Formats: sequence, structure tokens, C-alpha cells
Amino acid sequence: MKALRNLFDNLKPHVEKDGKFHYLHSTFDAFHTLFFVPNRVTKVGAHIRDYIDSKRSMALVVLAMMPALFFGIWNVGYHHYLATGVEATFMMMFLHGLIKVVPIIAASYTAGLAVEFTMAQIRGHEVNEGFLVSGMLVPLIVPVDVPLWMVFVATAFALLFGKEVFGGTGMNILNPALTARAFLFFAYPAQMSGDFIWISGLSAGEGIVDGFSGATCLAQAAAEGFTGTLHNGLGQAYTFWDMFLGVIPGSIGETSTLMIMIGAVVLLVTGIGNWKIMLSFVLGGLAMGLLLNGLAGYSDNAYMTLPAHYHLVLGGFAFGAVFMVTDPVSAAQTDKGKWIYGFLAGFFSIMIRVLNPAYPEGVMLSILLMNVFAPLIDHYVIQGHIKRRLARATASAK
Amino acid sequence: MALTSKDLKLVTNPLNMENPITVQVLGICSALAITVQMKSAVVMALSVTVVLIFSNLITSLLRNTIPNRIRIIVQLTIVAALVIIVDQILKAYVYDVSKQLSVFVGLIITNCILMGRLEAFAMGNKPLPSVLDAIGNGAGYGVILIIVAFLRELLGSGKIWGYQVVPDAFYEMGYVNNGLMILPPMALITVGTIIWVQRSRYKQLIEQNG
Repeated sequence: MKALRNLFDNLKPHVEKDGKFHYLHSTFDAFHTLFFVPNRVTKVGAHIRDYIDSKRSMALVVLAMMPALFFGIWNVGYHHYLATGVEATFMMMFLHGLIKVVPIIAASYTAGLAVEFTMAQIRGHEVNEGFLVSGMLVPLIVPVDVPLWMVFVATAFALLFGKEVFGGTGMNILNPALTARAFLFFAYPAQMSGDFIWISGLSAGEGIVDGFSGATCLAQAAAEGFTGTLHNGLGQAYTFWDMFLGVIPGSIGETSTLMIMIGAVVLLVTGIGNWKIMLSFVLGGLAMGLLLNGLAGYSDNAYMTLPAHYHLVLGGFAFGAVFMVTDPVSAAQTDKGKWIYGFLAGFFSIMIRVLNPAYPEGVMLSILLMNVFAPLIDHYVIQGHIKRRLARATASAK
Repeated sequence: MALTSKDLKLVTNPLNMENPITVQVLGICSALAITVQMKSAVVMALSVTVVLIFSNLITSLLRNTIPNRIRIIVQLTIVAALVIIVDQILKAYVYDVSKQLSVFVGLIITNCILMGRLEAFAMGNKPLPSVLDAIGNGAGYGVILIIVAFLRELLGSGKIWGYQVVPDAFYEMGYVNNGLMILPPMALITVGTIIWVQRSRYKQLIEQNG
């Protein structure tokens, strides 16, 4: 630590106003504040004495994602060995997952940091820390077999067009990580959907057990002739508990509802995540799920018979509820707006999932849609407040 | 009759500083719809330019006789007649492209660039400057169309002008064409990027608001 401190102290004069490398000051600043608590003191206005800044809060979000990440790494290995029919120990599974997942994380961070640092240098502002989170979110919401260059292109695209064109961190309308995923989904559909991409090694097709199916639970439910049982690649039925724990195929970090709930606790205890949005999102999903269950008798869409509580633990719903829809920048800002925003996002997720035959999963599109509507919701909530208070004021004036 | 520098400006200005698409943001719909391939973009750009030149010329010749109250109807009639001629010529000589462009040739009638130039320029200027103005605006429209179509065809289908340019070796290594480039939203983003680049080069184009 001492050596690091000395390094920064030695470098500092060179990047200050008259220094030779002043143009690199934002890069310097980024690394400096990453390692040390900034010693700048707010000079104006009332403020709270606290060491928390956006870099620290972003780091906490990354920390909250760790359980889901580590479970995802193990799950990748578990399914790989399940598909190839090899008996494997815990360490083998974990190592296989590590080999698969770490490069994706590296690709996402490389693309993100390249865009962030370049834009910061060009615009002369400081490097925004928002990418610490997006860079970890992107690997968690892609299938394990996605080519690395696609992750790179999608992340760079999402940061450039989802965030930087609007003015950088805090100004974006859309959630950058979901923008990256939407880009991948529409640009490279063959690599982002289907039954072969969710399990490591399945698309290459070597040494796969005969008759092994890589379909996700949602794909099974959406398929024709769905009879109400979900099963793994070898045809063994899943219990609700399996799905809750996350021992199912899917995007890397989305499968385990339990691990995501641990992350949710971290976010809620530290006050970074918003419980109103999380709760209303789940309620919205549950409401639509129950509504569809109730209407299932009138339709021949067997997907509608999937019990509502299954929807909460399958696919990206839990992940979306905790890490995506709560993004403080793209979500609604007013309290009442948060309830409406979260509820509708959850509601539409299940609606797209079940009623749109093209997509077995709807969380991504639903959250992006509600991101766009969040400012509108806020506008009407605020207008409503103004109207009510005005009415009260004029009533008391009379 | 020699061209003065003022006349020349009529041609060169719309190419950059007064570009109909990136600065005036007119004619966007067709720019999004027909830029999947370069061939259709070029044909579309030529069609619009030809219609623009003749409608500007005719309107300019008639400008003192057109009653002001029905001028829009007269302009539309001129444009519609020209569009029908162009459409027939396309059908006769480049049938496949004409099929690809489908309804968008007919929609040249409603292209904002045409109405804009007729109203803003041809109604108040002599024939020669009107023709020059039409050439400039048609070219300005065409340049953007071709840039967008070039990028979309290259990244979306790996081709330029219908010829494969991305080598097969790339595909074997795992390169995949970007399906999003073929969809209209990406055309909007491409046009947006061109506007972004243009405005960061020419700061005077940035509007001051607030």
C-alpha cells in the first residue's frame, strides 16, 4: 500500500494543471480514486460526512453480484459435465466454469474500460465508475458459449450508444448492460437463443451424451406440447427447489434465485438497492402469472399453465428484479413512480414471456421498455402532486 | 453564362453545412428504409435527385404564374407527375431494384426534401439557381444515403454492391454478420452517428438551447 501511495504521489505533479501529462489527468484520477479514498472535501452546501461515493457504492453492487457469479461458474461446469456424461468433482466443475467465464468478464471489462477511458480523455471529464457494475452485469446475463468478440462489440456499442451519447454515467435512459444484451440478441440471434448455447460445449457437440437436450426451462415451457413438467438435459424432472437453487441451464449468473437473494440482502442492507422497485417488480410478475393461470383454461397456450411462482425463479426474472430494474439511473425517481415502474416491468416480463411466441423470455425487453417510460411516469406523478397541493392551497386560502 | 461563386455555393453547401439529412433532418424515412443495400440506395438517391432537379426547374419557371393560394397543390402535381415517370423508367430498366424499393419510389412525392426545396427555394428564385440548388440537395441526400448503405451492407451482410467483400476465412474463424444492421433501428443509429461526427467537427452546427 505504501509503495502504491508513493507511486501516486510521485505521478501527481505530472498530471496537474501545468504538468507534462496533464491530458492524462482523468486516467490518473480514475486509478487514484480506485485505490484511495479521495481527499477532496465538499466545499459548498450541506453535506453528509461519509466515505461513500459512487465508486464505493458501485463496488458494493459488484460485491452483491459475487454469490451469483460464483454459483454461475460452478453451474457452468456442472452442466458441462452433465452433458458430456463425465463424473466430476466440485473442483473440476468450478475450474471448467472459471476457464469459460473469466474470459467473458475480461472481454466485457476491456471493451468497457476502453470506451470509458477514451471518452473521458476526449471530453476531459473524469472516468465514470458506472462501468464497474455494467462490466460485471454483462457476463452474468449472456449464455456461456457466446463468442468473446461479440461480448466485446456489444459492450462497446452499449456504452457508446446507450450511455456516452447521452452524456455518460447518470445521464443514460437505458440500462447499459441490458442494452448490450439486446444488441447481442438482435444482432447475433443464432448465438443468443436456441437450445444449444446455454451449456458449455454443447454447440461444439463433442462427446455429448446421446439424447441430451440443452433446452432451458423456459424454452421447454414455451415449446409445443408442454405438459407441465420441466426436466434437465437427461430427462430427469426438476423440483421447485432445484429451480430455486439454480441447478438449471441459463445465462451465467441468472439461474440461482437463492444467490441473487443474498445479493439483494446486501443491496438492501447497504441502502443501494430500492426495495420498492424489487417488491413491485415481483408483485407485477406474480400478478400477471396468476392472471395467466386463471385464463389458461380459455386458451390452448400450454405455457399459461406454468404456475405463477415458477415464473419468479426461472429465467432472468430474479436477476432482473435485483440487479437490472433497480438501476438507480434508468429507473423511475419518485416514490410512487417506483411502484408503478416496478410493477409494470414485472407485469410485462411475464406477458412477453408467455404470450409472445417469438421470445421465451421477456425480462430484458420489458425492463428496457419501462426504462423508456420511467421519465414519463415521473412526470405524471409530479404533476399529480402539484395539482393536489395546488388544490389544497387554494382551498385553504378561501 | 458563367457560374459565380454564389451559384457554386448552392451546390456545395447542401453537401455538408446545410445537408438535408444531417442538418435539416429531412427525408429521414426513406433514408432508414432503403439503405440496407448500396444498390438500392444509389438508385434512390439518383431518383430523388432527378425528380428534384426537374420539379425545381418547372416550379421556378412557373413561379410567377402559380396562384399563391393553391401553390402546394401545383407543386404536388408537378412532383407526382415526375415521380410517375421515374417509377416507370425504373420498372423498365432496373426491375429488380424497383421491386426492392417498392413503395418508396412512390413516396418520393411526400419526401420532405422536395417540398422543402420547392417552397423555400424554387418559388422565389430563377431557374438556373433552382437547378443548382436541386443538384446540391440531391447530392447531399445521396451522399448520406450511400454512406449509411455502405456501412449497413458491409456490416450487415458482408457485401458491397452485392459482392462478397468479407473473406470466407473470417466466417470460418467465427465472424458473424451483424443482424441488427439490417434492421431499421440501426439505420437511425448510423445516421445519428454521422450527425454526431459532423457536429463534433463543425461546432457551429450545434444548436444553443437554454
